[in-house]
Amino acid sequence: MAINATGPASADTGADRLHPEGRPVRPSGAARRRTWRQTRRQLTPYLFIAAAVALLLLLTYWPAANLLYFSVTDWDGIDQDLNYVGFENYVQVFTDPRIFEVFYVSLYYFGASFLQIGLALYFATILSFNTRFRNFFRGVLFFPYLINGVAIGFVFLYLFQPDGTLDTVLSWFGLTDPPQWIGDPEIANWSLAGTSVWRYMGMNFVLFLGAIQSIPSDIYEAAELDGANKWQQFWAIILPGIRRIIGLCFVLSIAGSLSVFEIPFIMTGGANGTSTFVIQTIQTAFTHRQVGIASAMAVVLLVIVLVVTFVQRKLFPDEKVDLT
Amino acid sequence: MRPKKALAGVATFAAAAIALSGCTTGGAGDNDPSNTIDGEVEGDLKIITWRTDLVESGKFDEYIAAFEEKYPDVSVEVEGITDYAGEMTTRLSSDNYGDVIGIPAAIQPNQFDQFLEPLGEKAEFEATYRFLNGAAYDGTQYGLAIGGNANGVLYNKRVFEQAGITELPTTPEAFIAALQQVKDNTDAIPMYTNYKDGWPLGQSFGNLGGVTANPDASSEMAKDTAPWTEGKDMYAIDGLLYDAVAAGLTEEDPLTTNWEQSKIDIATGKIGTMTLGSWAISQMQAAAEDNGASADDIGYMAFPSNVDGTQHAVIGGDYNLAVSRHSESKAAAWAWIQWFIEESGFAENEAMISTVKAAPLPENLAGLEENGVQLMEMNAAPSGEEGLLNEVSSDSQVDLFGNIYRQELVDVARGAADGDKESFFADLNARWSESVERVAS
Repeated sequence: MAINATGPASADTGADRLHPEGRPVRPSGAARRRTWRQTRRQLTPYLFIAAAVALLLLLTYWPAANLLYFSVTDWDGIDQDLNYVGFENYVQVFTDPRIFEVFYVSLYYFGASFLQIGLALYFATILSFNTRFRNFFRGVLFFPYLINGVAIGFVFLYLFQPDGTLDTVLSWFGLTDPPQWIGDPEIANWSLAGTSVWRYMGMNFVLFLGAIQSIPSDIYEAAELDGANKWQQFWAIILPGIRRIIGLCFVLSIAGSLSVFEIPFIMTGGANGTSTFVIQTIQTAFTHRQVGIASAMAVVLLVIVLVVTFVQRKLFPDEKVDLT
Repeated sequence: MRPKKALAGVATFAAAAIALSGCTTGGAGDNDPSNTIDGEVEGDLKIITWRTDLVESGKFDEYIAAFEEKYPDVSVEVEGITDYAGEMTTRLSSDNYGDVIGIPAAIQPNQFDQFLEPLGEKAEFEATYRFLNGAAYDGTQYGLAIGGNANGVLYNKRVFEQAGITELPTTPEAFIAALQQVKDNTDAIPMYTNYKDGWPLGQSFGNLGGVTANPDASSEMAKDTAPWTEGKDMYAIDGLLYDAVAAGLTEEDPLTTNWEQSKIDIATGKIGTMTLGSWAISQMQAAAEDNGASADDIGYMAFPSNVDGTQHAVIGGDYNLAVSRHSESKAAAWAWIQWFIEESGFAENEAMISTVKAAPLPENLAGLEENGVQLMEMNAAPSGEEGLLNEVSSDSQVDLFGNIYRQELVDVARGAADGDKESFFADLNARWSESVERVAS
């Protein structure tokens, strides 16, 4: 029995020793090949994810690391020298009232997200039953989510214009003195939040629909045999059955309403009291050339979103759903 | 064994990622000692321009052909960028930003030497060229203005006539009264702010200095703790916008303004006035002719203010052309800049004020001259303080050149946000003075 001096098989000294799989260990040449094959087999999964991991590191974690680095410097976006300023930028973010003021705008979007989830749930439930044209309606409801956000911004900009589409339609119903939908600061944020609901409801809708359809159909059958009507089915089967997805949607909508960006950015540029934290971050970085402070703002937003999510998971833990 | 391997894999890819993102540095421009602006005019030249309209219309190719005829050893290529200011800011972090560029606003004067080739002592250029201050730092010149503009107010002559305005207003009060006449006697919007597009709001800042006929106004403002005080330039400039909006003399819903449409509207008499630099005259005249109106309807007047009866209009440089520090044909790049400014005919074609002092003023400023308006150029900031105004502006987040605080001003003036003129200007003064002190210390 030759002993392979280099490979891992060198530990196997007797021909009668069995490999863990139960087969006798073969002599050296084969053992080496075998080791290679084994290594290769172990490597295979890593090779499969390598490309994805590399892209993730390159495009997500590396920029994020840079962001952390910039947030402790006074960088202006182009200068070749960066000066370390410690936590000065963070101090400024937390002491300048104008920076945190804009978070109240997020409340509009958070408020609107309840409407959004409610509507999505309503449509998902109705279209999970045997409704006529239901595939058509599913498509119609999900469609806005597929449109480019910038395009939506422009479309709604025209819709909300004085004497625009919305005003024309309202005038058919006798409403001849409509407000300025985005010119009036009392209404502007509601108009923008409404646009956001229109855009993102399809996303919630599809999540709910998928969850509802994963509930086994025999449960409905049993409920029907017991004489439960649709309303009772909704309360007793659907709602508890998709509770986790609803919870997820709330987490997403809180994170989303804190970091609203494209719709107000396209439609108002943050003017007229519709500025959000992300718009302000962009302005700080590119209009006021304070990339250091803007990076600190981005880090602060990330931390806030993480904390909010964590608190919510603590308050509403992920219970196992048991429908039986 | 497995977890270790996984870690090793992750580490490898992390290293690869770092290597990938770090491989943008290194260029050949600095190594060749003969590659100076005084060397042989030869090689490949890449011009980066914001004038995409000229690139598309083929006009730029005509300039290139004329240049190549004069310098047959140079081969010129042009690249037009629509979002010039934004995209160039990103590109500056590489070495690859062309040979001839217009200095983006993002580069501060004290950063010129990081990106641009010095062209010589500023004093050497003073006899021949105007508009040197924007591209000079500490006595060194880094660029030459492609041309220049006057600042003031663009108006539609026909609308003014219909409104019964016989004399152009020379005080803010008279201007507001004239706008009121436009509102009362015509269907036109007296003054259009272009609030939604935003950047036109920043145009009025070009009048700094012209109101009080003080050529040092901008360097003084950088140290002034209360620039928004009655009697000073900023008070008059921003105050005019405030008063016009507060009196209901601007568009009804500022959130839905549209720049492209506004060009047609002022050309056809649906808008009375807009505060824009004189560069806009030729665009509005073109819009007038395209839409069945007359180019002669477009008039240009000085900012409504006067010092002892004399009005002053500030003239200043447009983008400054400069040579990239990383250029491989610096002599050719410098030759292009000189040729473009002196011989190409660009300034005349665009109706801009030529950077060459000896050249005549463009025709579209004849109106200013007829009304006895004095053209004035701002003085340079004291050496070493060239970037001070920008620094205070950034630090206080009062974007003098931009639209963010002026949009707030319009909101306050139209009653869409809390406050009044006094409280808003007091707040601006407070923010400004805080930054003046912080930046100075």
